[in-house]
Amino acid sequence: MPVWMPYAFCAAGLIGLGLYGLITDPRLLGRILAFNVVGSGIFLLFGALARRGSVDYADPVPQAMIITGIVVAISATALALGLTVAHARAGGGESLPDDDPAEDRPRGSGE
Amino acid sequence: MSPDLVALAVVIILPLFGALIAVAAPGHGGRIAVTVALGTLAAALVLLVRVGGAEPVVVEVGTWSPPLGIALRADGPAVLLLSVSALILLCVVLYSRPLIGSRSARMNQTFWALLLLLWGALSVIFLSRDLFNLYVGLELLSLTAVALVAIEGRRETLAAALRYLLFALTGSLLYLLGVVLLYAVHGTLDLGLLSGRLGTGATDGLALAAMTAGLAAKTALFPFHVWLPPAHAGAPAPASAVLSALVPKASLYILLRLWFEGSPALAGEVVVQSLGVLGALAVLHGSLMAFRQERLKLVIAYSTVAQIGYLFLIFPIAAGEPAGADAAWRGTQFQLLSHALAKASMFLCAGLVVEAAGHDRLARLAGFARAQPMTLFAFGLAAVTLIGLPPSGGFLAKYLLFNAAFDAGVPVWSLVVLIGGLLAAAYLFRPIALAWRAPDADRTAFAPVARSRQLLPMLLAIAALSIGLAPGGPAGLMGGLP
Repeated sequence: MPVWMPYAFCAAGLIGLGLYGLITDPRLLGRILAFNVVGSGIFLLFGALARRGSVDYADPVPQAMIITGIVVAISATALALGLTVAHARAGGGESLPDDDPAEDRPRGSGE
Repeated sequence: MSPDLVALAVVIILPLFGALIAVAAPGHGGRIAVTVALGTLAAALVLLVRVGGAEPVVVEVGTWSPPLGIALRADGPAVLLLSVSALILLCVVLYSRPLIGSRSARMNQTFWALLLLLWGALSVIFLSRDLFNLYVGLELLSLTAVALVAIEGRRETLAAALRYLLFALTGSLLYLLGVVLLYAVHGTLDLGLLSGRLGTGATDGLALAAMTAGLAAKTALFPFHVWLPPAHAGAPAPASAVLSALVPKASLYILLRLWFEGSPALAGEVVVQSLGVLGALAVLHGSLMAFRQERLKLVIAYSTVAQIGYLFLIFPIAAGEPAGADAAWRGTQFQLLSHALAKASMFLCAGLVVEAAGHDRLARLAGFARAQPMTLFAFGLAAVTLIGLPPSGGFLAKYLLFNAAFDAGVPVWSLVVLIGGLLAAAYLFRPIALAWRAPDADRTAFAPVARSRQLLPMLLAIAALSIGLAPGGPAGLMGGLP
């Protein structure tokens, strides 16, 4: 088995788990964590695939991109957490309303 | 350095630096934004003239060539989008100055910085040729757009922003996954170097599927559109104008580049047909929902869902007989440009309605035609483009797509264009008709709004119309299907 293979399988597992959480978890905090799990999986996959081929050194370009990607993911997480806190403080609770917001719903003529 | 290289650098660097200065010098945000807007528009016009007369302008950043470095390339479609977005953003900046100036100091500090950062991200996306660089641009665009939705801090807008953010982040992750898989196989992320090689690797299909799904979610293609109406209707009107007119176009632009420049051979029949079907459903669903809304901003936001649908009809049409491909490519670009101008104009009109009336409920708009005839006229002109009546840019877009569907031997798609035009007429005529009604005696009058600000949506609506009056220049820059 090539040296990068176990890492790639782990990465695929993380991406799958994270995507599942991102779609099914109703809590905002859970979804933000799931986003970070998917992100970590993708970065791990990127790092693992940098070691493909017959050479015995890793391609350095993916590492530069992973670092950039981590910075982007941290910014996105910070914004998401800030919005979640503001949403909870405004009385919105820890999850989004399941149905569309009231103003989004078309009104019947009786209303 | 030649002037075109300077202009290329300016359209990216000036908005980004402007954003930094707007944070550092709070209280001067409006003036900084006007300066940046004028400078960037000038640079975009220089690029438009230079690229129109000669070859595309290419810069390899730091003289590092791809695959190691990043290339920026201003070709015809890129400079057209740059110029149109610069015009829209200049109007939005001029429109926002009195509005934002009257708000809190915090709003003054953040609004201008976010708007300029968003502009920088748009320029990067229109110019960059590197898929990872495009990812960073997309993320900057999404984060600033989400923050603009949430800027007023009300509970509904925060919920809308979070919903938008979750869709945008899922979309970006899928896109990034595709980028990783492409790099692992091809060892480069430069669109030029990847051109023609996509589809040869074992995982290329998975990579393109992930990227297409991610970008479609960011473009708000049906059924990933549920975040768009509350987000675009909840943001302050000038922010909505940018969000609706330009932000979804950026992810669509990457999708078009990826499919038509990167992998023309990979167009699987099932994928292109389903993208076309989703586009057609977006036209129908968005139009019907727009017709059923009670608030003007929601009508305009659902209209964006519908108008985005047309942009996906190119996939099945270009996969048909080659005779229709070039017309479909140009029609899609005319739709991109004219929808951007018309939609920005409409949201600015809606903003003036909110300022004058204090709400945007359609049922209480009676008498608005008498209060602000110019605003209503601008709205009507923008509607002419969205419906696709001659001689507007929207007419040209729909005419080209309609004919392309026949030339490509897939006339069923031209039905979508026809039905969409009829539905657009229905949902856009409704607010105009309601505004024309005589005012009820017990209603309070509309507050006055400065004439100069009513001119801005008019200017954008006239620009959308004039694309159809003088289509030769843009059509020459658009070229044929790559």
